[in-house]
Amino acid sequence: MEYFIQQLINGLTLGAIYGLIAIGYTMVYGIIGMINFAHGEIYMIGAFVSFIAFLVLGAVGITYIPLALLVVLLLAMVFSAIYGWSVERIAYRPLRGAPRLSPLISAIGMSIFLQNYVQILQGARVKAMQPLISGGFTLMEHDGFTVTISYLQIFIIVLTIVLMAVFATVIGKTALGRAQRACEQDRVMASLVGVNVDRTISLTFVMGASLAAVAGLMVTIYYGVIDFYIGFLAGIKAFTAAVLGGIGSMPGAMLGGLLIGLVEAFWSAYFSIEYKDVAVFSILVLVLIFRPTGILGKPEVDKV
Amino acid sequence: MLSVSGVHTYYGQVQALRGVDIEVKQGEIVTLIGANGAGKSTLLMTISGAPHPQQGRVTFDGQDITDLPPHEIVRLGIAQSPEGRRIFPRMSVYENLQMGSVPSRSDHFDEALEQAYELFPILKERQDQRAGTLSGGEQQMLAIARALMSKPRLLLLDEPSLGLAPLVVRQIFNVIKEINERDGMTVFLVEQNAYHALKLAHRGYVMVTGNISMSGTGKELLDNPEIRAAYLEGGH
Repeated sequence: MEYFIQQLINGLTLGAIYGLIAIGYTMVYGIIGMINFAHGEIYMIGAFVSFIAFLVLGAVGITYIPLALLVVLLLAMVFSAIYGWSVERIAYRPLRGAPRLSPLISAIGMSIFLQNYVQILQGARVKAMQPLISGGFTLMEHDGFTVTISYLQIFIIVLTIVLMAVFATVIGKTALGRAQRACEQDRVMASLVGVNVDRTISLTFVMGASLAAVAGLMVTIYYGVIDFYIGFLAGIKAFTAAVLGGIGSMPGAMLGGLLIGLVEAFWSAYFSIEYKDVAVFSILVLVLIFRPTGILGKPEVDKV
Repeated sequence: MLSVSGVHTYYGQVQALRGVDIEVKQGEIVTLIGANGAGKSTLLMTISGAPHPQQGRVTFDGQDITDLPPHEIVRLGIAQSPEGRRIFPRMSVYENLQMGSVPSRSDHFDEALEQAYELFPILKERQDQRAGTLSGGEQQMLAIARALMSKPRLLLLDEPSLGLAPLVVRQIFNVIKEINERDGMTVFLVEQNAYHALKLAHRGYVMVTGNISMSGTGKELLDNPEIRAAYLEGGH
């Protein structure tokens, strides 16, 4: 029982990170109908910016952790947002109106380019960081097995909840969110009522990228090791999460992320840690076969 | 007010407009009639800037708007209720109206909303309902109300009567007449329901396969035997 609860906590933490990345996939899919395969790389860049920013802050002597976290968070979001915006501008916007396959190929190209770009600039070796925040609460203790939730896990889960609330408000209640939903439902009509469609799409990439950057910061401090290749696996898992939750649905992305995180944690704990990726991708296959619209996705039929 | 001259528009390889000239003056209701596929909707969309014409000019109040993007054209005061209504189905009625007010800035919103609800009281009752669940007539009213939310000076209406019950059609035509007479709104109306549209209009144009084949006052066109034979037989 204790073991189960511990895995639940670990799985939720992991799931929060996947969920944050998955939202970027789902938002972009919703608005331009393509899978942004370079999104995992944006997350990887977010992790690298966080890593570098921590080193710089340490070097200039800012060691008060809440302040350092806040500064790094903002830097990671801003830099990743710039990358996200540029990817859209360079690789996707010129292909708007092209057959669906073209931006997809362009996305894969962008993904490979960004991996190599970071590899050349930062080297291929794994980067490791000292744990920034240690300690936590002991929730229960039984037969020598303790269930703990670390401060870091609390930070990750709380920050995820806060960001979700902020994003849900932006999309549900603000003019920008309405413009995004309008573009999603009928892009030509959105332009006819005065929405600047290109700008709205750019902002969608910026929002998705900044959430991915937060996820990148989280893995950097949670695992303490990053390399130029982490975006690939995390990206595909987050994509799986988005599909599981229902691609195009924001709550679905978060739910899918949590489920994927839980599956991975429990599979590693009770079956075999080597096959955790197989377990996750089996879910992708099963969802695509039996419920392609995902858990919260809606079939694309509307009364006309 | 609006002047379209020598406009050629293509959809891919297909030429939809072949040198169209049209003039709409301040305060008029102008009707464009024609068969299916003649290019009527393409003309309205070309005026709104989606797509842009390959050749020819569109000017509005003396300003050349031919190459402006659609979201800037609507800001100049040309709003459209397009073919097929194209309301945002997964938004509430109220949100659809908010979308309509995007070009006009927030200080006019309450006033415009009140006017829209006054013209179509049913929309007020339905304001929190998902627009996709409205009946066809209500969706059409929403599409027109959404276009009016931007306080346009020129209203483009594409087949507002299509597929609607006669009673609803009459209601919609009455609203068009009302906003024209009371508010001085200039209306450019595309219709298949030629009899009602020509009766309502000050002037009309007839379009055949991407060309304007005839023009005149509403009454002249109604009395023209060719038009009676082609567009009005068996109607009304």
